[in-house]
Amino acid sequence: MNVRGNALKFCKVAGLPVLEPFVRLLAGEDPKEQLAGITKFVVLPVFTVLIFLGLWSLAAKTIVTGSARLPGPKATWDAGVELFEMHRQQKAADSAMRQEKLTQAVQSMAKAKVLEQAAAEKTGSAKEEMLASALTYKQDAVRAANFVPSSAPTFVDQIITSLKTVFFGFAIATLIAVPLGVLCGMSPWFNAALTPFIQVFKPVSPLAWLPLAGLVIIWAYSGVNQEDTYFQKAFLISAVTVSLCSLWPTLVNTTLGVASVDKDYMNVAKVLKLSWPQQLFKIILPASLPLMFAGLRISLGVGWMVLIAADMLAQNPGLGKFVWDEFQNGSSQTYARIAFSVIVIGVIGLMLDRIMIFLRNLVSFGNPHAA
Amino acid sequence: MNAIASAEAAPSLIASEASQHAPARTSAPQPIITLRNVSKGYGSGVTRNEVLTGINLNLREGEFLAVVGFSGSGKTTLTQLLAGLIRPDEGEIMMDGKPITGPSPQRGLVFQNYSLLPWLTVRGNIALSVDRVFRSWSRAARREHVDKFVEMVGLSHAVHRRPHELSGGMRQRVSLARTLAMKPKVLLLDEPLSALDALTRSVMQDEILKIWEEERQTCLMITNDVDEAILVADRIAPLNPGPRASLGPAFTVGLDRPRDKTELNHNERFKQLRNAVTNYLVAVRQKSRRDQSGGQTASIKRPDIRPADLGGPRRAILNSPV
Repeated sequence: MNVRGNALKFCKVAGLPVLEPFVRLLAGEDPKEQLAGITKFVVLPVFTVLIFLGLWSLAAKTIVTGSARLPGPKATWDAGVELFEMHRQQKAADSAMRQEKLTQAVQSMAKAKVLEQAAAEKTGSAKEEMLASALTYKQDAVRAANFVPSSAPTFVDQIITSLKTVFFGFAIATLIAVPLGVLCGMSPWFNAALTPFIQVFKPVSPLAWLPLAGLVIIWAYSGVNQEDTYFQKAFLISAVTVSLCSLWPTLVNTTLGVASVDKDYMNVAKVLKLSWPQQLFKIILPASLPLMFAGLRISLGVGWMVLIAADMLAQNPGLGKFVWDEFQNGSSQTYARIAFSVIVIGVIGLMLDRIMIFLRNLVSFGNPHAA
Repeated sequence: MNAIASAEAAPSLIASEASQHAPARTSAPQPIITLRNVSKGYGSGVTRNEVLTGINLNLREGEFLAVVGFSGSGKTTLTQLLAGLIRPDEGEIMMDGKPITGPSPQRGLVFQNYSLLPWLTVRGNIALSVDRVFRSWSRAARREHVDKFVEMVGLSHAVHRRPHELSGGMRQRVSLARTLAMKPKVLLLDEPLSALDALTRSVMQDEILKIWEEERQTCLMITNDVDEAILVADRIAPLNPGPRASLGPAFTVGLDRPRDKTELNHNERFKQLRNAVTNYLVAVRQKSRRDQSGGQTASIKRPDIRPADLGGPRRAILNSPV
């Protein structure tokens, strides 16, 4: 019973009602009832996806221009398989290269060792000469050991960069929006002071922010050697643009969450004479977590959407740049690859959303919502 | 003896001002909380709404006082005043001779809607108050203290559950344990049972009575149930209906403890008392309604208008150039 209960609870908290009928079926509940659930969550979606694929194929046959044609599902799938195959080959080549360099490094090191030992027995200029060449061997060894293959980023690399960028931007946005939102929620005066900014900047598109963000980053990096910096300019421009756009949902929702903390909870805090930090951390923040996480979820969604556009414009390595580059290259595979990227972007967005739903449900004190 | 005397005297007191209420003080212990001429209202100017006026009350050490009133008569405002969550506009509230300036764990408040923190377990909710009030104790001592009170309200089996996994009665038990665990000097119960169904309510009444008889703590309970008040209280103070609510003369219950609900139903004194309190409350409400409606008819003068047929002229007016 408890395994079943926990599994059902997990389905609910994780926002995965798809699994619920299967869990119940495994637990030996009435199969007829569960069949309805399976039909609703599995058979029906599969059916609609099939219809979509059919319509897509039809469209692919119809939409043909002189130079290009809309890729069908099959072409898109093949392009995807090819992209991953390219990634695999590239990685295999890279690791072979690295292996080779590593052997080189070991050999150089061994030579350096031999030379040093020989040098220990000699004296005068001969010894110094030997030591100097041993040092060159050692340097060679270090360089070979630290070798990073300079191959172009593959599709999978682009995905990883995109995820890094979006999480970095999202983290900045969260660090700014949550404290500001808490202040706004606690003080109507503070809220009134910030409202004009929130209202005006909230609807601004990422494309408008990007040049300004770029300017600020370039200013901050002026006179700094690109080699010495931890982040690349394009990465920062993208990340800052993502932050500027994904800031607002979290800010607004945190404000709402903090402002609408149940008055009775505050009375409890007053009777207990909790200090201000205790009130904040024991009452206000936990009580506003569900709404805060609802805001974070929207923020991450917005951030992911914005990122693609920002990557395209800032030329930051990522999915957006991949799509743009493919479009510019104009090979026979171009549109199929773009179509595949679209699906990948969507699937990643879906997974990010599910993760946020899961986190939000974890802090919703037994009041989870599926969506 | 005293109880019957005051109960019988009650109807004649209806017309008299409530502020005249002066409980017999011959051998009464020292009051722990004193309210003197307390008034409280909300809003200002035209929208000013006086909720309580001229409240005088002595809560004596070790007694169980019940304040009975209809809904909307300012009962919750009264508990909030006593708890120190709001300040009176006029008059003063003293505890042990010192004016109350704000809320304090010395006056433990049990909320009508439990006010349990939903993200904390049963233990967490109780530990929140214990950790705060008994900061100087060792961790183990505080934990033991929490366990003691969880057991007192019979929730040892549910100590790891969160409020949403508890029934209404269980939640109110947790709320009660949370407040009792603070070891308050005075326990304030703000309609603690009014959100419960009748059966649970009856069980919880016995529970509260049992706990009170163990601890013999000074206790003030606000309720809208006369039977409940007689069952648990030493004295009953009726709250006259608002606006401008004030306390009526107190009834001394004087029934032997421990009290049993089923036995009480056949007790002559219980029946008498119930009738007296109920009759008093009903009479006061009727009087207040009469006063209100009487005032209205006197102040509004009926206009001297007669209906007229506007059919013909209206068309002419509409078509005429303006």
